[in-house]
Amino acid sequence: MELGVTDHTASVETEPQAGDRAPGAPLLELRDVRVAFRHGGRRLVAVDGLSYTVAPGRTLALIGESGSGKTVSSRAVLGLLPPTATVSGSIRFEGEELVGLSERQMRRHRGASIAMVFQDPTRSLNPTMRIGAQITEAIRVHQKLDGKAAKARAIELLKLVRLPAAEQRFVEYPHQLSGGMRQRVVIAIALAASPKLLIADEATTALDVTTQAQIMELLRDLQRKLGMAMVMISHDLGLAASFADEVVVMYAGRAVEQAPTRTLFANVRMPYTKALLEAIPRIERPPHQPLPVVPGRPPDLAALPAGCPFAPRCPSARDLCRESAPPFGEGEPGHRWACWYPCGSDGAAPA
Amino acid sequence: MSSNGSQPLLEARNVVQEFVVRGRGGVKGGVVQAVSDVSLKVMPGETLGIVGETGSGKSTLARSLLQAPKPKSGQVLLRGTDLTGLKGRDLLDARRSMQMVFQDPFGSLDPKWRVEDLVEEPLIAYGVGSRTERRRKVREVLDLVGLDPSVYGRRRPRQLSGGQAQRVAIARALALDPALIICDEAVSSLDVLIQAQVLNLFERLRAELGLSYLFIAHDLALVKQVSDRVAVMYLGKLAELGPAEALYREPLHPYTVALLRSVPSPDPEAPKAAAEEAISGDPPSPIDPPSGCRFRTRCPHAQERCAVEVPELRELGTQHAVACHFPVVQRSANGR
Repeated sequence: MELGVTDHTASVETEPQAGDRAPGAPLLELRDVRVAFRHGGRRLVAVDGLSYTVAPGRTLALIGESGSGKTVSSRAVLGLLPPTATVSGSIRFEGEELVGLSERQMRRHRGASIAMVFQDPTRSLNPTMRIGAQITEAIRVHQKLDGKAAKARAIELLKLVRLPAAEQRFVEYPHQLSGGMRQRVVIAIALAASPKLLIADEATTALDVTTQAQIMELLRDLQRKLGMAMVMISHDLGLAASFADEVVVMYAGRAVEQAPTRTLFANVRMPYTKALLEAIPRIERPPHQPLPVVPGRPPDLAALPAGCPFAPRCPSARDLCRESAPPFGEGEPGHRWACWYPCGSDGAAPA
Repeated sequence: MSSNGSQPLLEARNVVQEFVVRGRGGVKGGVVQAVSDVSLKVMPGETLGIVGETGSGKSTLARSLLQAPKPKSGQVLLRGTDLTGLKGRDLLDARRSMQMVFQDPFGSLDPKWRVEDLVEEPLIAYGVGSRTERRRKVREVLDLVGLDPSVYGRRRPRQLSGGQAQRVAIARALALDPALIICDEAVSSLDVLIQAQVLNLFERLRAELGLSYLFIAHDLALVKQVSDRVAVMYLGKLAELGPAEALYREPLHPYTVALLRSVPSPDPEAPKAAAEEAISGDPPSPIDPPSGCRFRTRCPHAQERCAVEVPELRELGTQHAVACHFPVVQRSANGR
């Protein structure tokens, strides 16, 4: 049942493999990535100067509200943006530049070395096809296997994602499965080609807490077994705290704070991150205490304010914040933030 | 609003809701036991939270309370009047003091209507006041939910953000001066900062208008934030019911313990539940629920008795009741 990490390498085209590269080299490296859309004659910058790296086997969390650019930036990695989008900057996967690749070249990576799992498993699966057919289809796109071998591999994958009664589920349709089971099938399909990087876009948001815990545990376990790296997109800082090695907080298309998970949560610098953390209802807190909130909502990306995009809502904004945008600099080793007046100097960072 | 402190605003007595599932050719395929013998009370000014997984029957319970559809059996008393016995105009009038707010605000607002018309509609439906009076009421409730009527009144739903649309849905619910608002995952689709704004709005309205809430959500922390008491549902039955503080601090039902352990903490230093402690599998089908205790198939402490005898909801602490033959010893629940 155990899957080898190298299973797929023979079937993928003869590209340089990870083994040929310097150890410790990042698997995925984004540098100054910018994604702009043309929208009704206006230009809308959805991602502005995003940079991060993910090492093999590690987990990076992209955190932010709707419209913060976390999903758009990840779709840019897979070349899944509509033709109205322009991507600039550099996205390197195993050293190879992905920006500017043709659709045909991109397909070599998409689903093979980089796979993606979306929020709603119902929409990722074809309701008219049996589970087995959907997963063997994914396997045979990437590997030249006959029907029997593909089926064996499919059942192996379904067992790997701990789908109960895998052989029986193989002949069932998506509607016969629960939400959690469907998401397991979607993950099995994503793993079909033993990807080196899995992008999980709110993969557990639609699930119950108990199922969410199971799926996150499964993903962590698979990562360890397969040495797979993960980019986890979420609005839930709690989930990031539990599962990510590094966290990037995004606001209005920009990274506003970035650090290894422990560093970030021990020492929040950006008022936006602090606001996000404080606004989460906590089970340790007694009922009926008003939540600290920031007023307003994220700015319209087509009409960004001058200066810091968070300034209009920020409790500690001053004149400078409204005049010029703070640089996204490394304020402390490994910890970057974009803020002129970072919090925490008074040690008031929430735990 | 009315009545003294001792009479419940709303009381459910042994409410049962079932649906027949049809198989091929319309033959009876089975009966979904969506809500099985649930009894609970909501006092005036009180918020009762209901938590549970998908399929636990929490939304069906809410709809049964509203008589939409009427429960299969049991009674629903609103200020002492049994709603299950009412029909037509009498039912509509009684139901006026219970309003509902749903998860997707855009799904509950007609996209072609303007905000002021959307909020006025329930007033027209109930024939309340003159047009001028209704318009005054619309402005009043829009103000109450934090939307400037002169700015937002003429807008249509697509010109609103998710949080603003949910505020309109809340204003609609408030227009008829209800005593109870049933919130079914009412903030679950909102971003965390907007969610906090709406949660604070609910709290403010509770204080200002003396409202009661039935607050349904799958997020345990969210429910605790607004609730005085919390009910935990599993597969159509109440597993545990108690004061919010006590229930979260000293859960008695193994299911509540499992739910609480599944909540990810926004503190990376927090101890993580070991994999074997996390609850496994999916809930069984409500068409053919397990005999005895419905949770026993996933319960780490299940014994023979659990398969034979249905555990009754019994009070163990102050107002704290549990339906379990072997409730969790309180010390071990905390000693992790």
